[in-house]
Amino acid sequence: MLLLAGLFVFVSLVMSKMVSPDRPTPEKLDPYECGIVPEVEAIQRFPVKFYLVAMLFVIFDVEIIFLFAWASIWTALGWYGVAAMLIFTFFVMETLMYVWKRGALDWNVKRRARYVSQETSEAA
Amino acid sequence: MTTVEKAANWSRTRSMWPATFGLACCAIEMMATGAAHHDLARFGMEVFRASPRQADLMIVAGRVSQKMAPVLRQVYDQMPDPKWVISMGACASTGGMFNNYALVQGVDQIVPVDIYVPGCPPGPQSLMHGILTLHDKIMAGEIKR
Repeated sequence: MLLLAGLFVFVSLVMSKMVSPDRPTPEKLDPYECGIVPEVEAIQRFPVKFYLVAMLFVIFDVEIIFLFAWASIWTALGWYGVAAMLIFTFFVMETLMYVWKRGALDWNVKRRARYVSQETSEAA
Repeated sequence: MTTVEKAANWSRTRSMWPATFGLACCAIEMMATGAAHHDLARFGMEVFRASPRQADLMIVAGRVSQKMAPVLRQVYDQMPDPKWVISMGACASTGGMFNNYALVQGVDQIVPVDIYVPGCPPGPQSLMHGILTLHDKIMAGEIKR
């Protein structure tokens, strides 16, 4: 069995590398765009809200994992478990409220009042 | 032909993945060739790859317009070696019944063609005969890639 696995790896990787022709041309190395010649570089600037959404997802996903763990044995934990979970969820919900009011969840907002703290407005 | 060449030719013919380049009516016959009755899967060719990067064989099935010609050439260029081209049908081979300004009179003006399959459209048996002829030529060493 091990011999078969090794033979498979050898044939598919090493043998194909030895047998395959290697003739790169500029057109061949272009990124595939359904047959048109690429005009724009692939890596460009993109809006930072995508990064924010991904980061927030990670944070709330960890919370959900804890909720799953509690939910699988919630009857055994009784009211004490419910209370502990509610306190934990409250802290994460506080984060959600802050993120919400700060505008990190807005997607296509034309204009919104920028958050200016007391000190900077006094300085201005 | 050395044993390595023979083995390479054998393996290349036994799983030659076509790239979808169905342009017009011949595409329907190509689909029929891949379907149940005339089965291309028995030759290892049932996967028509949408990406040219994963394809070996480009079956140009249909009329190639002047607008489509650079796209065809780019897709052909982006296929990795070894690659083969079958020109399926009369329009791809010579321009067919459309002897006009809008169509390329024969796809061999753009890409090098290995097999021409005549017909309007060629039935699945004809296309399969063309594909198997290509396999035979590769196995015999007439087409070196």
